[in-house]
Amino acid sequence: MPSVKDILMSMDYGPAPESAAEVHRWLAARGSFGHFIGGRFTAPGKTFASTNPATGEDLAQVTQGTAQDIAAAVAAARAAQPGWAALPGHDRARWLYALARHVQKRERFLAVLEVLDSGKPIREARDIDIPLVARHFYHHAGWAELVADAFPGAAPLGVCGQIIPWNFPLLMLAWKIAPALAAGNAVVLKPAEYTPLTALAFAEICAEIGLPAGVVNIVTGDGGTGAALVAARVDKIAFTGSTEVGRAIRKATAGTGKALTLELGGKSPFIVCADSDLDAAVEGVVDSIWFNQGQVCCAGSRILVAEAVEETFTRRLTERLARLRVGDPLDKSVDMGALVHPVQLARVQRMVASATAAGARLVQAQCALPGTGCFHAPGFLTGVSPANPVADAEIFGPVATLTSFRTPDEAVELANATRYGLAASVWTENVNLAMDLAARVKAGVVWVNSANVFDAGAAFGGMRESGFGREGGRAGLRDYLRWPEAAELPEAEAAFNAAPVPEATGQMGGIDRTAKLYVGGRQVRPDSGQSYAVAHQGRVLGLAGLGSRKDIRNAVEAAAAAGDWGRATAHNRAQVLYFLAENLSARAAEFAARLVEGGHGASAAAAEVDLSIRRAFHYAAQADKFDGAVTSTKSAHVTLQMPEPFGVMGIVCPDAAPLLGLVSLVLPAIAMGNRVVAVPAASRPFPATDLAQVLDCSDLSDGVVNIVTGPKDELASVLARHDGVAALWYVGSAEGRALVEAESTGNLKPVWAMANRDWTAPEAQGRAFLHRATQVKTIWVPYGE
Amino acid sequence: MTDAARNPGTALCPDWFDAVAVNTPAAERRAASLTARRTVKKEWQAAWLVNAIRCMDLTTLSGDDTPARVQRLCAKARQPLAPHILEGLGLEALTTAAICVYPTMVAPAVKALEGSGIPVASVATGFPAGLMPLPLRLAEIRHALDQGAAEIDIVISRAHVLRGDWQALHDETAAMREACGAAHMKAILATGELKTLRNVYKASMVTMQAGADFIKTSTGKEAVNATLPVSLVMARALRDYGARTGAKVGFKPAGGMRTARDAIAWQILMKEELGKDWLAPDLFRLGASSMLADIERQLDHHVTGRYAASHRHALA
Repeated sequence: MPSVKDILMSMDYGPAPESAAEVHRWLAARGSFGHFIGGRFTAPGKTFASTNPATGEDLAQVTQGTAQDIAAAVAAARAAQPGWAALPGHDRARWLYALARHVQKRERFLAVLEVLDSGKPIREARDIDIPLVARHFYHHAGWAELVADAFPGAAPLGVCGQIIPWNFPLLMLAWKIAPALAAGNAVVLKPAEYTPLTALAFAEICAEIGLPAGVVNIVTGDGGTGAALVAARVDKIAFTGSTEVGRAIRKATAGTGKALTLELGGKSPFIVCADSDLDAAVEGVVDSIWFNQGQVCCAGSRILVAEAVEETFTRRLTERLARLRVGDPLDKSVDMGALVHPVQLARVQRMVASATAAGARLVQAQCALPGTGCFHAPGFLTGVSPANPVADAEIFGPVATLTSFRTPDEAVELANATRYGLAASVWTENVNLAMDLAARVKAGVVWVNSANVFDAGAAFGGMRESGFGREGGRAGLRDYLRWPEAAELPEAEAAFNAAPVPEATGQMGGIDRTAKLYVGGRQVRPDSGQSYAVAHQGRVLGLAGLGSRKDIRNAVEAAAAAGDWGRATAHNRAQVLYFLAENLSARAAEFAARLVEGGHGASAAAAEVDLSIRRAFHYAAQADKFDGAVTSTKSAHVTLQMPEPFGVMGIVCPDAAPLLGLVSLVLPAIAMGNRVVAVPAASRPFPATDLAQVLDCSDLSDGVVNIVTGPKDELASVLARHDGVAALWYVGSAEGRALVEAESTGNLKPVWAMANRDWTAPEAQGRAFLHRATQVKTIWVPYGE
Repeated sequence: MTDAARNPGTALCPDWFDAVAVNTPAAERRAASLTARRTVKKEWQAAWLVNAIRCMDLTTLSGDDTPARVQRLCAKARQPLAPHILEGLGLEALTTAAICVYPTMVAPAVKALEGSGIPVASVATGFPAGLMPLPLRLAEIRHALDQGAAEIDIVISRAHVLRGDWQALHDETAAMREACGAAHMKAILATGELKTLRNVYKASMVTMQAGADFIKTSTGKEAVNATLPVSLVMARALRDYGARTGAKVGFKPAGGMRTARDAIAWQILMKEELGKDWLAPDLFRLGASSMLADIERQLDHHVTGRYAASHRHALA
């Protein structure tokens, strides 16, 4: 050890290791872990080692979960769940409070264990992960207390399967378990293969506080164990991890009726405007891509900097990079520890090499890395052309890309030029610009003049291929609840015959009525040049356009071009909906007659038209009242949670209520600012094609509602597979539901697939539809001068 | 300090600071994370605490100061640590960087420090408010120099900052610098009265352009004195000024820092934001009084392994 005199010359920091003695004692005592099922640990089965990525040493043996293990855990959860849900909210709150308290009482132990298993620096585990874990349980102790009042009529989903990643092992556990338990669910959680140990320590805490057996079950294992959990008899799968695995889970759960939330990858923009505090933005980068070795799904991995300050910013970033300390994760003066596993290290190295091979320049810290362990020097890449493999692919390591932009418009264009939409960070001292950028970037979370700020009360989750569903706060809790839905009703069948129907001699009577498609505000002929006969009880009512994939393509293009609708005032949208009601009312008798000719009784027809008018009034009323919220998170922060429209939605309507079904689905979607491509009742399309004329004279902008008649599931499939469709609602058969869910994996659009229901029921209208028509964007605005 | 190349100053260049952006929440976040990201333990902690003493302007600026009180402070400056601590640390000699007193206390201080090589710094220019006619303020500087002060801590006119009258601030500060002659001038910004971090940055830049050898946070008399966010912004102004002129300007936080922990925190800030050069007395001073007692207790514990009681240490 150098003397005080020597150090006075060097003024070095010296080593400052956190002690891991307690944790090593615990690991030595346990040695080998089974699963935590039904309130007790099972005997270890076939095991694998969990290792310390900073040293390569084995920490403990954990059991590779089998399908039988998963089944046992699901059975335990199933047995425990009714009792847990039946507890008064206050009692569940006590348990969650106990979990929060015990996490706090074990904070150092858990932090050190997390460091050993994951390689993250002790500062982060100690100051960020573990406090957020405790905060999450506290917050949700509150939700347990309040859930019955805050969400009247809601019930828990039942048993939730939860699969979490290795980058924030205990924090992701808390994000999953706390809301599930607060809502009255029981869970089976599979921690990541690389980092199972804090989950097992948490299981011991569950046992320690005497949490009712079976409410929390932890099964360790690899991706195979996860797949078994996805396939098991659970009511929901909540997954955080890679987009690739998310797609597989979407596919595997298609048609099963399991609720699904996905929190996936990202390539989040980090926008540095010319007027920003550049030093602050540099620190923002440190807190983004050099946080947790860059293994953060919401990391600001694409730095976009205004050309006017690019040189200064890059210089300061390079200088700052040189001061980062990389090394022993247990050292309290270390900024970056080890990547989680040699596999990940090799992956990051490979991606960075491919980037430089494609012409990018790597600016890297010239720090001495430890001789062993999964360490990677932090850095950033400049000169990344759009074709460079890392321009769009997630590196998931401590290396960002840096690109310049000229104008705020270009910044938005670049920011949104990605398949992902998880987070964004915006740096400017101009409040107008900050809010403008925050509104325009496609991201579930936007940090203004900050980065990677989290709170249990603020929703977190993605748009686009970053997934769907939210974690944290009110929106997060909703994803662990269900509401009573309108009763299921059988669906009518539709047949398509493009050939003339000579036997229908004269049935269509009078002057020909031509029901065209409605695309971009125009009545258009189907691209196929074909029509199909619509008949009721053997009587041909008329011909409808036989829409095809190209009509869907055109309709989606028209809808995409109608983006101004989402930016119009809610009052404006309300006015259009009221006007629609007015015009519909003026033609009520005609619509009723259309329904009667299709098989409705006279009074049912009148009721359906009347309810449709009511729907228009209802969603006109809702248009400017479905508010976001300002959430209490940290002091001196305004945290906004704003419901945003998806953009272009596909809506595939039921056959049974040809007018009301369509109106009940399309109106909430457009009231929130979405543009819609609707596939109306295939067997009875005329109320919808007539409605197109009403829409046309109701001041609705062109392209906001597009109607394509034709074979339902064929068109639904095109919508499901269309990457420009951001969300899809489908009403129809079980096969159709499975089909659209399975085919939505391309862009991972959220799909609301339901059986036909009683569209006259009160549940067929209301805020549940508006929640489905929007996604929450959380905007963090720290303030203070 | 006398060996260091001095800051020659420049004409007023408003474009160096006019459009500066300082985001307060971000500065506060950085300041908070600095001390969470770095720590020093064991021998390193001891050395960093010793360095704090080496960089300390041991200060008394009270209405009830007397020559005898100042003499006692000077004795502490000569021997800031009890002999057994110094020996335990393996050090032969250690003094504080300077003594800092009112002008009328300079003479007794100079006398008390005779032969020690420890310079006497005097506050001047109508400390702490500075609201005296400029000729009187300049005369006060000359008086302190006559009395034997080697360094002068001036206070700026906060009004010039709050009114955005940068020319007036520059000219006045330059006149003070001229009056200081060979004595190094520390410009006290009284940041607690400038309020915004943008003001702090701008005032830092203008006083450096006017030739300040050091910029200093506070008089110790404002409602809020040295804070880490303010120090961060001043350090960045120093860096920016240095990048434009090549001049190295010193930094002195003062007021409100009482603990050994504070001493470490400010040194971490210096090292992280400016580098090791700003951990030596020619570019870094800690304006403090009670901090020394806490440091001495910590070092006593480091040497003996027993927790110390301040009544067993010499008073400052």
